[in-house]
Amino acid sequence: MIKKPANSGVLLLVGTTKGAFVFRSTGARTKWTMSGPYLRGEPVYAMAFDGRAGRQRIWAGTGNPFFGSSLRSSDDLGKTWSEKAEHAIKFPAESGLALKQIWQIRPGPAHRPDVMYCGVEPSALFESQDAGKTWTANAGLLGHEHRPKWTPGGGGQCLHTIVPLGDGRIGIAMSTGGFYRSDDGGKSWRARNVGVRAEFLPDKYPEFGQCVHKVVSHPSRPERMFLQNHWGLYRSDDWGETWHDIANGVPSDFGFAMAIHPHDPDTAYIVPLESDQFRCVPEAKLRVYRTRDAGKSWKALSRGLPQEGAFESVLRDGLDTDASDPAGVYFGTRSGKVFASRDEGATWDMVARSLPSVVCVKAAVMPRATSHATRKMATARRKKASAHRPVRRAR
Amino acid sequence: MPVVVAIPGPLQPYAGGRAAVELRERCDTVGDALEALGEQYPGVRDRVLTEQGDVRQHLNVFVDEDNVRFSLGLATPVSPESRVTILPAVSGG
Repeated sequence: MIKKPANSGVLLLVGTTKGAFVFRSTGARTKWTMSGPYLRGEPVYAMAFDGRAGRQRIWAGTGNPFFGSSLRSSDDLGKTWSEKAEHAIKFPAESGLALKQIWQIRPGPAHRPDVMYCGVEPSALFESQDAGKTWTANAGLLGHEHRPKWTPGGGGQCLHTIVPLGDGRIGIAMSTGGFYRSDDGGKSWRARNVGVRAEFLPDKYPEFGQCVHKVVSHPSRPERMFLQNHWGLYRSDDWGETWHDIANGVPSDFGFAMAIHPHDPDTAYIVPLESDQFRCVPEAKLRVYRTRDAGKSWKALSRGLPQEGAFESVLRDGLDTDASDPAGVYFGTRSGKVFASRDEGATWDMVARSLPSVVCVKAAVMPRATSHATRKMATARRKKASAHRPVRRAR
Repeated sequence: MPVVVAIPGPLQPYAGGRAAVELRERCDTVGDALEALGEQYPGVRDRVLTEQGDVRQHLNVFVDEDNVRFSLGLATPVSPESRVTILPAVSGG
């Protein structure tokens, strides 16, 4: 069981095709205040909150159609944003690749507070060891022997999902290409797609080439992962070595979005869509589905959501949970609506009704004592304490 | 007269606020001009050219009135009297 953070307010980051919005609430999550749009006019497909090491930093990946993708950060909840002259994420010239879009920003594990990851298009993983100041393309994946055979899905040839699994293990997912795992800290990567169907290929179960849409895992049980595929809903209990169908009682196993419960590794959320040909929720009823038994059964959650004429869809990063207890669940639609539940999905409220098309929703409980002044005081305390510590002399 | 590069509004913050930059370096081609500009203003370079040195898809570069996309691309010749203009294309949604 993960220790639940002190709830000093919840932050909802919403990336849209026209900029980023930030919603804030107290821990009760009954009322939300919106600010933005920030990064006006720029598509923001990736956002993240980094509350490690006393930070209160928002990250956004912008995809300016004219001037290229940028990685931007804000330490004041969106009021001002970093603006480096040179783009932070760049492919090495010898790769022959050029960045098209940033699809995922993922802070590393809590015990490595300066590690960050980015997933981009064309498919590549970038890593930072200095809290996002500098970035390097992961060489093992950049030079992977499968690279020439990866082919773009509808969204492009993108690495959209990063799953830190602990102990040097890390998973990534791309469309298309499928799920890959490294067991040596990212030096080497192997495709792990046994059991995952590729509906669009003559060989339905290839080693790689699947169009995985999202993979989630809980830190307390990282060997268990859930996978939303381009047709197919799966679970693995062995780090992704094998995958098993868990589409038990859902109206469709096509969809994009998937989120894990913050405290329970058996609970996950999805938003099924009718089909690849009609990417709207089935029967025009907006329903989130939740499993509490690791996929043996799924329950529709619809109280407070439109159940008539709702031709909505939710994209792969449009669904997230916060770390409160009870957990908050949030999603945004392509039609610009944002919904929030403060009771694990039992009931829903509309937080926004007319944003630009929502492509990314990330929720975070803001840790206490993260103001700049408090951080300065904490640093001063640490320095004072270390000044009084006896110096150990080398023998 | 030096080659002059006209900078579009959104990129002027990366060019010290300038709307136009006079290049002191000798430039024979548009590629030379953009390289010289990029040396001086790397923020402009990153937003005009990809990592592979290609003009970004939704930007156009003109030598006087001519779009280099329809001539020799970055190898399009420039003369000391040339004015190179960078403009966002008519695209987007």
